[in-house]
Amino acid sequence: MRPESEEELSAIVAGARGPIRVRGGGTRGPGETAPGEVLETGGLSGIVLHEPGALTLVARAGTPLAGIEAALAAEGQRLAFEPPDLRGLLGTAGEPTIGGAVATNASGPRRIQAGACRDFLLGVRFVDGTGAVVRNGGRVMKNVTGYDLVKLMAGSRGTLGVLTEVALKVLPVPETEATLVLHGLPDAAAVAALATGLSAPYEVTGAAHLPGAGRTLLRIEGFAASVAYRADRLRALFPETAQEVEADPGASRALWAGVRDVAAFHGRAGDVWRLSVKPSDAPALAARLGAEALVYDWGGGLVWALLPEGTDARARLGAFAGHATLVRGSAATRAALPAFHPEPAPVAALSRGLRQRFDPRGVLNPGLMDA
Amino acid sequence: MQMPEPDAAILARKDDIVAKLCRILPPDAVISDEAETRAYECDALTAYRCPPLAAVLPRTTEEVAAVLRLCHAEGVPVVPRGSGTSLAGGALPTADCVILGVARMTEVLETDYDNRFIRVQTGRTNLSVTGAVEERGFFYAPDPSSQLACAIAGNIAMNSGGAHCLKYGVTTNNLMGVTMVLMDGTVVELGGAHLDAPGLDLLGLVCGSEGQLGVVTEATLRVLPKPEGARPVLIGFASNEVAGACVSDIIRAGVLPVAIEFMDRPCIRACEAFAKAGYPDCEALLIVEVEGSPAEIDHQLGLIAEIARGHDPVELREAQDADEAGRIWLGRKSAFGAMGQINDYMCLDGTIPVSELPHVLRRIGEMSRAAGLDVANVFHAGDGNMHPLILFDANRPGDLERCEALGADILRLCVEVGGCLTGEHGVGIEKRDLMGDQYAPADLECQMAVKDVFDPRWLLNPAKVFPLAVSGTRRTGAARMAAE
Repeated sequence: MRPESEEELSAIVAGARGPIRVRGGGTRGPGETAPGEVLETGGLSGIVLHEPGALTLVARAGTPLAGIEAALAAEGQRLAFEPPDLRGLLGTAGEPTIGGAVATNASGPRRIQAGACRDFLLGVRFVDGTGAVVRNGGRVMKNVTGYDLVKLMAGSRGTLGVLTEVALKVLPVPETEATLVLHGLPDAAAVAALATGLSAPYEVTGAAHLPGAGRTLLRIEGFAASVAYRADRLRALFPETAQEVEADPGASRALWAGVRDVAAFHGRAGDVWRLSVKPSDAPALAARLGAEALVYDWGGGLVWALLPEGTDARARLGAFAGHATLVRGSAATRAALPAFHPEPAPVAALSRGLRQRFDPRGVLNPGLMDA
Repeated sequence: MQMPEPDAAILARKDDIVAKLCRILPPDAVISDEAETRAYECDALTAYRCPPLAAVLPRTTEEVAAVLRLCHAEGVPVVPRGSGTSLAGGALPTADCVILGVARMTEVLETDYDNRFIRVQTGRTNLSVTGAVEERGFFYAPDPSSQLACAIAGNIAMNSGGAHCLKYGVTTNNLMGVTMVLMDGTVVELGGAHLDAPGLDLLGLVCGSEGQLGVVTEATLRVLPKPEGARPVLIGFASNEVAGACVSDIIRAGVLPVAIEFMDRPCIRACEAFAKAGYPDCEALLIVEVEGSPAEIDHQLGLIAEIARGHDPVELREAQDADEAGRIWLGRKSAFGAMGQINDYMCLDGTIPVSELPHVLRRIGEMSRAAGLDVANVFHAGDGNMHPLILFDANRPGDLERCEALGADILRLCVEVGGCLTGEHGVGIEKRDLMGDQYAPADLECQMAVKDVFDPRWLLNPAKVFPLAVSGTRRTGAARMAAE
């Protein structure tokens, strides 16, 4: 099924007799599947509006992300939430779409400073599980008119409705960027260094630690003179640590693309887990995992862990404040462990209630977000 | 603005309900005397008043849960209240409701500088959150103009913004977690010191839900390191169109000011007469503020001045010191006071695409003349959040009604050009009956379905946000259910 319009999509969902598996660019990881007939969003494609002076872009959900990024780049703008490209990690092909990025709330290293995908999402149109077309939010930056279903739809993975159109806030690409690279810090010292950088008034837009490479990274962006000044000030915060500034913007960008896409795990076998934790808890929690490889992003708040197939990361972690999500898992791991972290009973009840209201027949990506 | 008829059966049971409240709360936490409940008869939308059945002032999440459990069992509507600064009537009571005020819940529960957050009880005022972290060089970014008085609870309910949200975002972008009590007394934790729960984003849904989904008692808020410094520039223009074009050019150029404020001639004149800030007498005025080190500020202001000069400004004044910066902000910050001195006023809050500024200002001028009521415009231009102030005389019969009609027309205009009814104040009762102008029936049905999940009996702040006719079956059906 490949509807060419919202009306057609609405008719398909309304008339569905069994489960529907929503497919954007087809970049979802192996095993991360829902049963049902495939519904492709590729027919709902194209940029509807781009107003550079208002920092807004409206696009149909099936629009390839690459096309959007190219159109923005032509005006010196970008998606500031830095959506990751996880094809290398998941071993999938396909062309990522903006709808897929929104449906997974895909957010890269800049999440800690600029915000997540959900923070840049201004409005949505979607078809709910009954086939009704629903609009929420709009295309303006401040909007508190009614409930914020925009946030609810971000990250809901097509289980509440099939996105047909999204409106996003975009931002100008800064003149340049640079990265302070600290060398040889053990995990706990590295996460502490990231906290120092993030607590200084120098607008750090990326804070990552790559234990495998022994490098700890702090990114700054802006006008050239300002970046040079802030890089100097940041360096001065770590007088005892071996360090250098990567001032070439291309090289800095490449470093952060690697962090964003978890390049350190590419080509390596094993299950991949993604932890969202209080940053200062991260090193001790990561130690409990006994991982084969780790990447810390978001100042330590996001931990990527590579574990032998079948490892129950949640069992190793024990009780902690945060979440562990199985991002890439062997068939056996997926069969044994839910991908999503179990929610406390009252929260799970609310989520279940919302799904029942938005999709009473349970036809949209059933089971995809089961915990 | 209509409110539903109070439930006579609840009014008749007042003594019994109050007695039960007194059994679960300390004696000083229940207010039922008619002279005292009058203090809760309205919020900052003072044109509408109604004393509640009773008001309660709990001190803990457990006490809030006890009150909600009781009211749920008794079928009594509850209207949550922060500091009562809502301009939209978000905390307006009905005669049959219990006001649940969080004003006594003001504790700081945790400050964590390594992880850059603070956890507070939600009765704490916005400004005092910054007050709790500023000695360590941090601040809480959302800054509604009522920040001295407004509570975090209300900020979360309305997803409040402020002058500086162009750079730092609004409440939802700075809210990491909440402890919330559902109408049936269930306590839920959403989010926390970690980011982006992988399940459904219930935290994002709760923020801005106008106290209709639950009562938020504790909040984890992101705090940020204070910038090294900030400085404004004032730019005057000969027309609104030119000023609007200048705003757009500044945004495109990659300068990200923390604030771009816009005032039109009626507003400039009133502020100048009131505050004597030394504003030029011109059609439109921008105040643009940037942050950073002194050299960074110089550089950004230089770029802004260059862009502004391309638009033939009638005045361009960079603040050279703190004193001058203070004078530049003085007029803007006293805008509402200045208006209040001239007349009664109604403050609107629609948002429009920035590109529509000149057109919308021209149309507002025409509509204002046709209605015979003056309108002054002062607003956050960077994000298109307008605050037209309609001047009227509350003592002149018919003036309030004419003012409300003009206000509704202006908000419809905002929707027509691609914007929305409210950017940061919330719907409350004020914009409730205009929701059908922005949303189709299916859109509203979907939002109300969310409330069905969180509050199946529609007891929590029920007469807000959705037009009464649209929510009618749910409210009365729920009341019937409760009675059975």
